Amino acid sequence: MRFELQLALRFLREGRTQSALIVGGVMVGVAVIVFISALVTGLQTNTFRRTLGAQAHIVSKPIEPAARVQSEASNSVIAVVQTAPRKLRSIENWQQVIAAYEAVPGVVAVSPLASGAAIALRGEGRNAVTIFGVDLARYDRIVDLSDKLVAGALRLEPGDVLVGTELAKDLGATVGDRISLTTGTSSANSERFQLSGTLDLGNRDLSRRAVYLPLHTAQNMLELPGGVTSIETRIRDVFNANEVAAKMARVTPLAVESWMVTNGSLLSALSAQSASTAIIRVFVSIVVMLGIASVLVVAVVQKTREIGILRAMGASRGQMTRVFLLQGALVGFVGSALGAALAALLVFAFGVFVRGPDGGVLFPIDLTAQLLIVACAAATVCGTLAAIAPARRAARLDPAQAMRA
Amino acid sequence: MNKPSGNVLRLAGIHKSYNIGTPVEAEILHGIDLTLANGEFTALIGPSGSGKSTLLNIIGLLEAPTRGSVEIAGQSVRYDDDNGLTRLRAMSLGFVFQFHHLLPAFTALENVLMPQLINGVEINDAKRAEATALLAAVGLKGAERKKPAELSGGMQQRVAIARSLSMKPALVLADEPTGNLDTKTAADIFVMLREFNKNFGTTFLIVTHDPRLAATCDRRVTLADGKIISDEQTA
Repeated sequence: MRFELQLALRFLREGRTQSALIVGGVMVGVAVIVFISALVTGLQTNTFRRTLGAQAHIVSKPIEPAARVQSEASNSVIAVVQTAPRKLRSIENWQQVIAAYEAVPGVVAVSPLASGAAIALRGEGRNAVTIFGVDLARYDRIVDLSDKLVAGALRLEPGDVLVGTELAKDLGATVGDRISLTTGTSSANSERFQLSGTLDLGNRDLSRRAVYLPLHTAQNMLELPGGVTSIETRIRDVFNANEVAAKMARVTPLAVESWMVTNGSLLSALSAQSASTAIIRVFVSIVVMLGIASVLVVAVVQKTREIGILRAMGASRGQMTRVFLLQGALVGFVGSALGAALAALLVFAFGVFVRGPDGGVLFPIDLTAQLLIVACAAATVCGTLAAIAPARRAARLDPAQAMRA
Repeated sequence: MNKPSGNVLRLAGIHKSYNIGTPVEAEILHGIDLTLANGEFTALIGPSGSGKSTLLNIIGLLEAPTRGSVEIAGQSVRYDDDNGLTRLRAMSLGFVFQFHHLLPAFTALENVLMPQLINGVEINDAKRAEATALLAAVGLKGAERKKPAELSGGMQQRVAIARSLSMKPALVLADEPTGNLDTKTAADIFVMLREFNKNFGTTFLIVTHDPRLAATCDRRVTLADGKIISDEQTA
């Protein structure tokens, strides 16, 4: 291999301008691929975190009863079906449901939730909110509230509430202040709480209406003694949510919905973005490979006589093949290493020059070592593949004819 | 594989045709029989188009004969075994061409070491010293680090001669090695080849158009119209 490597390096050095141009081409191609991949990954992660960061991957609720026809007449036509007024319904034997869900493969955490509408009051402030009665230890594993805590402590002792930052702002409340919540007309449904912490839920609307309180307290306020309105589940692979939801639906008579169903449009947007990125990656790779191949084909033509001499001196077809494959690999590797550096520079420039309306970073770009290593490895492989045709051409040259060239 | 016969080369009934099966089919060599003993210094002469270069290519395993058998250093040549041909070419044959055919990207020393590098020989200080001595023997002491473009035509040909001897081949094939040089340089090169032949016992087969140079060889084989028309000892 020493002969092949030495010759490949010398050939590349000899055709300095050609080599520099093609390495430059690979560099730009790899930089584009790495930068776009990092940008889209960062954008998707950010979108994903903002949209799904405060919700469970799978939510199970009681099945809504269908409206039943009262009339017995077989030939009557129903013009309007009036659904019954919505009423909070509790999941029966929810403790057993949680145990059953925890046994489903792919499930990471399961938590009960009692939620319903309420009004939050503080002084003159009055906001329509949604109360989420949770078992904090369990629920924190579903939504990771600790990560969203902006002020105060992540604590839900009896009499404590955690609210979204926007709601706290609307009510003019800070940690330690008192807030009243009411879920009905009677005083039995009203309670006063102390604000133990505020949460940035990544979604302004949710931050404006979310109130977290202890499960037992919410059950009382919503008149669901011992009951829960939904079971929230977190799974290992978010993109496998539909399959896991289907398994969960088989073990319990509940309506099980994955985030992929409730956020269909988001999923379509993410898929379209991923597909566009993949198409760009493929086409840039093809252009880079064609560039490498064309330069090496020209190199084979230019070196025809030298190939003939080397063959006459005892170089085998295999050795000549490897000389050109190595040139492709070297161009791919060096170009991709420079491309990775250029991509890092672009990411840095993006962070510095592209800012959000508030002057902050638009979103963090995920330029990982893994992405850079994969890009370099892929470019090296592509360079080698691109060199196959020129290498075979070099190996096929008849030494006697080649020397006459 | 046959047993070594004491001959470096044995050709029997060599025919070579081009464009076989087409209306322009032409037979260039018509049944060549030739044997070269170890250590012979032979000139192959003949007019242009007589088939000298074709014969040299066949002996150099660069082309296959249409018919006939070739034996080099005691080994029968099988033209369907490309790896075997490559190995035999690398181990038993050295080439000197009319146009030096040096690799321009490599220095004189590297060009001399190239056949060894191709054959996977470890290039250590001892090998470098051997190659340097070989360059000195062809009168190029101090030119080791020079690239071919920095050397004159005669010097380039000397590097090519040193390169052809790098693997200590049994047979060196020289295709008009002095054809591109002035008379004095050509005579010097011939003297040098002769010295290598005498000092190391290397067998040489040299194609030349120069009758004066051919007259200095031990043996003179004349080819005309694809046939050997004379084979005479001159010494």
